[in-house]
Amino acid sequence: MDHNLLSKIATNNGHGENSPYFDGWKAFDANPFHPQHNPDGVIQMGLAENQLSFDLIQKWIESNPSASICTPQGAFGFKETAIFQDYHGLPEFRTAVANFMNRVRGNRVKFDPDRIVMSGGATGAHETLAFCLANPGEAFLVPTPYYPAFDRDLRWRTGVELFPVVCESADNFKVTREALETAYKKAKLANVKVKGVLITNPSNPLGTFLDRDTLKDIVNFVNDKSIHLVCDEIYAGTVTNGDEFVSIAEVIEEVPKCNLDLIHLVYSLSKDMGFPGFRVGVVYSYNDNVVNIARKMSSFGLVSTQTQHLLASMLSDDKFVENFISESRIRLAHRHDMFTRGLAQVGIGSLESKAGLFFWMDLRRFLKEPTFESEMTFWRVIINEIKLNVSPGQSFHCSEPGWFRVCFANMDDETTLVALWRIKTFVRNNRNLEIKTRKQCWQNNQHLRLSSRRLDDILTPHRMSPHSPLASPMVRAQN
Amino acid sequence: MLSEKVTCNSHGQDSSYFLGWEEYEKNPYDEFKNPNGIIQMGLAENQLSFDLLQSWLEKNPQAMAFKNYNNQSIFKDLALFQDYHGLPAFKNALVKFMSEIRGGSVSFNPNNLVLTAGATSANETLMFCLNNPGDAFLLPTPYYPGFDRDLKWRTGAEIVPIQCSSLNGFRITKSALEDAYKQAEKQNLKVKGVLVTNPSNPLGTSLSLHELDLLVNFISSRNIHLVSDEIYSGTVFSSPSFISIMEVLKNKNLMNTEIAKRVHIVYSLSKDLGLPGFRIGAIYSNDERVVSAATKMSSFGLVSSQTQHLLSEILSDQNFTKTYLSENRRRLKERHEMLVNGLKKSGIWCLPSNSGLFCWVDMRHLLSSNTFEGEMELWKMIVYQVRLNISPGSSCHCSEPGWFRVCFANMSEQTLDLAMQRVKSFVDSMAKQDNQSRHQKLMNRNSRRTKSLPKWVFELSFHQQEIVANER
Repeated sequence: MDHNLLSKIATNNGHGENSPYFDGWKAFDANPFHPQHNPDGVIQMGLAENQLSFDLIQKWIESNPSASICTPQGAFGFKETAIFQDYHGLPEFRTAVANFMNRVRGNRVKFDPDRIVMSGGATGAHETLAFCLANPGEAFLVPTPYYPAFDRDLRWRTGVELFPVVCESADNFKVTREALETAYKKAKLANVKVKGVLITNPSNPLGTFLDRDTLKDIVNFVNDKSIHLVCDEIYAGTVTNGDEFVSIAEVIEEVPKCNLDLIHLVYSLSKDMGFPGFRVGVVYSYNDNVVNIARKMSSFGLVSTQTQHLLASMLSDDKFVENFISESRIRLAHRHDMFTRGLAQVGIGSLESKAGLFFWMDLRRFLKEPTFESEMTFWRVIINEIKLNVSPGQSFHCSEPGWFRVCFANMDDETTLVALWRIKTFVRNNRNLEIKTRKQCWQNNQHLRLSSRRLDDILTPHRMSPHSPLASPMVRAQN
Repeated sequence: MLSEKVTCNSHGQDSSYFLGWEEYEKNPYDEFKNPNGIIQMGLAENQLSFDLLQSWLEKNPQAMAFKNYNNQSIFKDLALFQDYHGLPAFKNALVKFMSEIRGGSVSFNPNNLVLTAGATSANETLMFCLNNPGDAFLLPTPYYPGFDRDLKWRTGAEIVPIQCSSLNGFRITKSALEDAYKQAEKQNLKVKGVLVTNPSNPLGTSLSLHELDLLVNFISSRNIHLVSDEIYSGTVFSSPSFISIMEVLKNKNLMNTEIAKRVHIVYSLSKDLGLPGFRIGAIYSNDERVVSAATKMSSFGLVSSQTQHLLSEILSDQNFTKTYLSENRRRLKERHEMLVNGLKKSGIWCLPSNSGLFCWVDMRHLLSSNTFEGEMELWKMIVYQVRLNISPGSSCHCSEPGWFRVCFANMSEQTLDLAMQRVKSFVDSMAKQDNQSRHQKLMNRNSRRTKSLPKWVFELSFHQQEIVANER
């Protein structure tokens, strides 16, 4: 077969799917956990999905049948919806999405519906922005650790490069001005033209969000260098305490002489609402040219008008939206705590975080050596023996081995308990695996404020609920 | 500060095809609110059979409210479903539908089908898979204006036209194919394939067996790809019946060969079912590497799971699809005849056609000069004076001026009738004006050098006889 018959893009590895991290997925696909049918199967903890609040949405759909254009109540709108292919999108859809984005940020900002451009999920949004902002061979700086699929979304078909901005555990993986400058210089030395910075806030995989000062530093940095800033805020609605989250949309108003033509946002309903199947991505830019061209490019990934119609209706129900946002936050926080406290019981710490659908687990003391090979070896143990598909830090380009991303919002309570129980059992049965001494571990983790505080919390539980792991017979039996 | 893709014009939206749309947007016809507005005849939409879909929806409530046949909610499962392999039930139903359109002469394997956000995305994705930047595809002219954007803009692909001529009804010939290939070589472009639309947009004709044979032989000898955009395959309303490229491969016993692996089909439900808003497109390929790469790329434009579910329910109802396809074709045929006959009354002839949502209309005799400037001048008169948005042939890269694409399936009968009346008035007034002008010129003949009069003045009365003679 003549390999030249297909394009280089079709035959290279730019899609990223040949990486070893997919072994975890393959293990899950081959042996998926099911509480009744396959209780020994692999539990999927590598999928950042939000499954905790579907009941709220289901209830809304049942009470609002005309939102589905295909119900008898809504069928009169069928034709108009089905033929509408204007890439501006249904006006009521854009307004409703802007409204939702405002509320997620506590109405501290007001997004302009006319700047909302549709895309095929955040995946499509990122690729579109890369096409708009950079030429092949030019680069974006991305703080590590970062979402692995950025390598595909920003680079594969666009020819754009990514340059890491190395962030370290010593700083709680904070994005510093220094780290940005270092990365910028490195790119320059390598003769790579830097066109922008891409940040995910709240962060995937860290589950943390950036403070106001850091955001201002970043805005100042891009202004000084006259490069773009793409801010992916797809986890904005997962922040436990919404008032604490600072959006880039707020910060740019506080930075004098910020060149707004450099500022762009990516959003999606896949995480905050749990609708990855509906492919609702948003490119929001303060640059008129970019809005214009991104809109033309959106022809390659428009949102189905059937879905636009449904969401326009749902997201303009203010009462529903307010309730959903606050209830979803509570449930996510609760599930997050369930895990992190449960792990702390066996001395496993994680980066303190108050957002996201995952936490950043610290397993450094379980590695034979502080190397990525060791991390891979231990990861295979987690998949094959503990039977959990978690994601190793190196897949996120983390500069230090031993960190793992663990997703918690894509399963029910029962599965959560099983996962916790498996980890605890493994740790207890394998004390010899803990290479570093407890003392050393605590010294390393001083900044992370982990185990000691959490053990105290557990000894004096103040948030008992029927769903609390401590209340569960499964957990009590192990103690 | 921005990329070259932003600052260049490859999105193609400065072309007249889109300018006409803009004029329409400023002054759209409405039977009651704006009866003097511009009638949209530049939009290839199928609005004739919504009642059939609507009545199916009313009879099948479970498809509607995110419920399965056991009345259980499937909302959560759908909302979470983002697997780029697509909903199996939908792909199974879609391949059956595609087969049904082809009269069961070919069957399709759902594993070779990749779902994309509309044919727009399917075509772009195929270019990313088959072409390196700077490589070229050959396209017969005239072709769909959107291809300039879909195939070239972000992919860096080039298009080299296969010039087709009105002398043989714009059919693809061997020499035209070879000329195009040579032309590409002259421009130092590597030809990776041929892309045809079958049935053709804007011609409204389906490719003949002879043309399909030519194409297969051509790609076979040059070792290149063939992309067959078959999005209008369900709109073939009269003979000759539609022949899919897959059928040709099957009949030539080429199905499991290397040649078959270089043939790819693009499909969509935007035209046959009239659902452009739902963004349902597909690539079908016999090459598993193309399927694999295209599937991964579809991440950038997946079909909403909500929509996949609805369509899987509709298309699985084979009683419905059978009725729909035949009734839809009947209505298209009727409407097509209305347009053809209406234009005939104005002395305007259409390329004989058997499919599509439009006619390829010959207005060469109305040009003031046999040039593209003349075509633009006539087009502007039609948009602003006659108040019809039709698409000039130049926007479709036609090599001869004077041809226009006129859509007939996106409006009511009354609106089409009104459009025909406006055309008649326009043509009559042009004849009157030119008679007056001819009289004036005759008066001034001795005082200055006579300019040659537009051909149509002389041809008008003869043209009507030509139509009768050529009708087939």
